Amino acid sequence: MRVLVIEDDPQLSGYLAKAFGEMGASVDLADNGRDGLFLAAGNPYDVMVIDRMLPELEGLAIIRTLRASGNLTPVLILSALGEVDHRVEGLRAGGDDYLVKPFAFSELHARIEALMRRSAPGDGPVTSLSVADLELDLLKRQVQRGGQPIALQPREFKLLEYLMRHAGQVVTRTMLLENVWDYHFDPQTNVIDVHISRLRAKIDKDFDQPLLQTVRGAGYMLRAD
Amino acid sequence: MALTAEQLGQGMKRTLGPTLNRLHQSSRFILTSSTFRLALLYMLLVGVSVAILLGFIYWSTAGYMARQTDATIGAEIQGLAEQYRRRGLAGLSTVIAERIARDPQGASIYLLTAPSGNPIIGNLDSWPQVAPDAGGWVRFRARQSLGEGEDVDIEHETRAKVFRLRGDLRLLVGRDVRELTAIRQLILDAMTWGLAITVGLALLGGWLMGASIARRLDVVNQVSREIMQGNLSRRVPSAGTGDDFDQLAENLNQMLERIEALMLSIRQVSDNIAHDLRTPLTRLRNRLELLHGGDLCDEARNEVEVAIADADELLSAFNALLRIARIEAGSRRAAFADLDPLPLLQDVAELYEPLAAESLQTIQVEGVTENSPCRLHADRDLLFQAIANLVDNAIKHSPNGGQIRLRAECSETRVELSVTDDGPGIPPELRDKVLQRFFRIDESRAAPGHGLGLSLVQAVAQLHGAALSLEDAAPGLRVRLRLPKQAKMQTNSSASGRASSPV
Repeated sequence: MRVLVIEDDPQLSGYLAKAFGEMGASVDLADNGRDGLFLAAGNPYDVMVIDRMLPELEGLAIIRTLRASGNLTPVLILSALGEVDHRVEGLRAGGDDYLVKPFAFSELHARIEALMRRSAPGDGPVTSLSVADLELDLLKRQVQRGGQPIALQPREFKLLEYLMRHAGQVVTRTMLLENVWDYHFDPQTNVIDVHISRLRAKIDKDFDQPLLQTVRGAGYMLRAD
Repeated sequence: MALTAEQLGQGMKRTLGPTLNRLHQSSRFILTSSTFRLALLYMLLVGVSVAILLGFIYWSTAGYMARQTDATIGAEIQGLAEQYRRRGLAGLSTVIAERIARDPQGASIYLLTAPSGNPIIGNLDSWPQVAPDAGGWVRFRARQSLGEGEDVDIEHETRAKVFRLRGDLRLLVGRDVRELTAIRQLILDAMTWGLAITVGLALLGGWLMGASIARRLDVVNQVSREIMQGNLSRRVPSAGTGDDFDQLAENLNQMLERIEALMLSIRQVSDNIAHDLRTPLTRLRNRLELLHGGDLCDEARNEVEVAIADADELLSAFNALLRIARIEAGSRRAAFADLDPLPLLQDVAELYEPLAAESLQTIQVEGVTENSPCRLHADRDLLFQAIANLVDNAIKHSPNGGQIRLRAECSETRVELSVTDDGPGIPPELRDKVLQRFFRIDESRAAPGHGLGLSLVQAVAQLHGAALSLEDAAPGLRVRLRLPKQAKMQTNSSASGRASSPV
């Protein structure tokens, strides 16, 4: 996996390089917009992490230039600007995800993985998903495990679908809120946890192997150990 | 520190609020009554002054004439007594007879009686039935027969003096005071009217004066009320004359300036603290995370997990605080779009339903629309956040088995969203306070949260130009958001200073 990080804060970019390195990715660093654009345009990256406020060339300008030249590499925008407006601006410019500084690395990690999964070339449209003996039919909107049908509410179905699409990856609560509920907000209570335990009761309760796991301090993961 | 700023504002609201409310309720009564009192006082003062002045004039005109008459009578008696001394009774009688003859109108009255009481000479038929005072003065209605005819008797008011002559004779000399009385009456009438007119004018003047003061006070009251309602940017207008009312306005405005600056700076300080602490805190969290991923014994791993959770809790409080600051400072509305509030309420209900179910609570959504579809110009995420916070609170503070009702009511001009629970509610005196940052009712301190939920709801309401009200749902609490359909751009200058909040 090749990652490009365009970030002018040396402390943060050093930290990112180290963390990505531990993930097994090779990281290129650029500390200004112009160098960043040059690297981005000339190399095939799997994902790019671009700060908004950069010397020489602004982050959003880099993304616009890349998109205009047909470069569709997933981009995660980092920004100290957290207002909703800024987020909307960033996504409109062609960013694929937006993360406000300061952020937990687990959140960045989870989002990067999700971005890469999204951009992974599929074999045509997916009609069914499966993890271990859990199967989800997107066309019939049915779920079964070990051959036994499981009845899910529409939102539970959507939640499971998202988790299965990102099977083996950590999915954060914020990502679930944004992608399953389609709201960008900050719950006072971990409402997501309750939905997860409901879903868990339906898909894991009567089976030996638990699939839906909690990753402490980060989020959830659907995985067959 | 924000707490202090909020307390300052709320404290002001609390101490001034009731007074102003009372003023508001009875402002017309109090203002008119103070005007009335002022007018009355003014009238009394002018009335008494004018009465004293008129009294003096009366004394020096009508009184002077009366004294003149008395002096003339006195002089005539002296003259007649002198005649009697020199020429005896015969001489006196002659003089009196001459004087009577010279005065056919009977303006002068004479009567001389013998010791027996029989008249000797005079133009008065009989001695008056009135006893004279110590100085010999007497006032009576005189009956005179003029000439020989019996039916020409006339009666008129007379002022006279009785004088004893040697030989026990009694002499009465008087003057007809009809004219004097008439003049006196005329003066008295004129003065009464004068006084009445003066009092009337004074009353009018006092009322006009009072009303003009009341009008200017009313402006100050009006502005104070608006400020109490949260529009701290309002200022008292001045008439531009530089008078003491303008000075009052100037002083009030400077005081408001100062309060606003103080509140702003304290709030800014707290926002800055939250902002500046957030970065090292995140760094700390990330270090813990790296540590967690490393080689650790189970016990250490658990400790690290707890530390991460603690850091997350702090971060979430800081983020909430900064979020409120940003929303309050927000004039940008790029994310505003037309939306139907009912599906949004249903989404909130759907998201929180499992949480409510844990306490056996139910969430109901109800929509009342006059003419569908109901459209609202709003920031979808922020509105969702606000309703979610309210539902979150309702779940936390309602008893097991409670019912939470979400309601959207749509009319031509506005949309009303409400969240009602059947919990213990909030006592009226605390309803203002719960909107403050970090404020928590003592009973709810044990519940999780940082006391920023309602502050955020209020900030969202403000951004949408909506009115937020906490009501008694008997039992329970109803939080109502009244949103205008066409949210007008808020002119929140008290928040604009915070727009520079560093990010």
